[in-house]
Amino acid sequence: MLAWLHRLASPKRFHGLAGFFITWCGWGALVLFASGLYYSLFNSPPDYQQGESIRIMYIHVPAAWNSMFIYITMAIASLFVLVWRIKAAAAVARACAPLGAMFTFLALATGSLWGKPMWGAWWVWDARLTSELILLFLYLGFMALQSAIEDKDAAARAAGVLAIVGIINIPIIYYSVEWWNTLHQGATITLSEKPKMNTDMFISLILMSLAFKFYFVVAVLRKARNEMLEREQNSQWVKEMLGGSDERK
Amino acid sequence: MNPKQRNRLILITVIVVCVGIAVTLAGIALKENINLFYNPTQIAAGEVPKDASFRVGGLVVEGSVRRNPGDLKVTFELTDGAEQVTVHYEGILPDLFREGQGIIAQGRMNAEGHVNASEVLAKHDETYMPPEVQDALDKAGNIEDAAAPGTSSKPAKGY
Repeated sequence: MLAWLHRLASPKRFHGLAGFFITWCGWGALVLFASGLYYSLFNSPPDYQQGESIRIMYIHVPAAWNSMFIYITMAIASLFVLVWRIKAAAAVARACAPLGAMFTFLALATGSLWGKPMWGAWWVWDARLTSELILLFLYLGFMALQSAIEDKDAAARAAGVLAIVGIINIPIIYYSVEWWNTLHQGATITLSEKPKMNTDMFISLILMSLAFKFYFVVAVLRKARNEMLEREQNSQWVKEMLGGSDERK
Repeated sequence: MNPKQRNRLILITVIVVCVGIAVTLAGIALKENINLFYNPTQIAAGEVPKDASFRVGGLVVEGSVRRNPGDLKVTFELTDGAEQVTVHYEGILPDLFREGQGIIAQGRMNAEGHVNASEVLAKHDETYMPPEVQDALDKAGNIEDAAAPGTSSKPAKGY
């Protein structure tokens, strides 16, 4: 299993595999965004209480889910860096951070825009909002630590510890609405129960969140692949590949 | 997995578990501070600070909203199913404010044990549905049995 993992994560294999996923997830993201936007803007009903502003949900919730999903990805990649010293994992973890920060910011910003008309406040220091803000700071701290240390391998290990310890914040974000009294409402969609929303709303939400996930896969692999190429620029396989398929030397 | 890698994995696991325990203990110790608001039951039990601002959350009691003609003063009752508290407020209420709705008011206790609120926030629940469905539920008269706001499986907790 580990031998397989190392072979998979060899820079050359990683390059090819990433290319495959970039192409197919790219097309997937395009189709999902098109159908998701159509569903959420034209083919889903307004809410009985919130009216049309319910549509903010189709950006807000996928962004918030992605912010947590990307953090888990980053922490798992960091675990591979710290324990097995896999270089491709370091590149993936580094690529995750700005994307995760972007989605966290998007979730906070759209939540704020939604909170003002519905709750009556842009921001409230309740457990859900505060823990999500801490997630943003974790991403920013990860990026700052990466760039503060000159040696890339040492930087990946130091930031990896931060990423792994920070994983504790993820269950806190998710369960904050159950553990404490918050202004933010509880989960609408859970694994154990029927979603507490209309089917068209549910389809819109799922399409949009799949689109966000596919976009993330494309973006993170492109960034990680570029970093690996830059790192390996003097190795034999990169020279062969560039010499064979590209005019540039 | 060679011994070196196993040791690293064990070390990381131990660190995460230790930090997890520390955060859990801190969370339990700070439970009251992290809660955004008090329930009417807690207010009735005298748990709220006497001379500081605090938040109270509950459902607006049906038929309890009294508006002052001529100005923006409004008085209403909040309930969590067990106890009630009276709230006075002057200002513009959020769009979602209505009878039966979960709301959170921030303010101070006055001499009669009422809350003089300086801010009122509306809390909505996790149920979303089109207006036609709500109309149908209203007509059928079983709004309480359906997923009506605040009357879901655990009413006393969130509000």
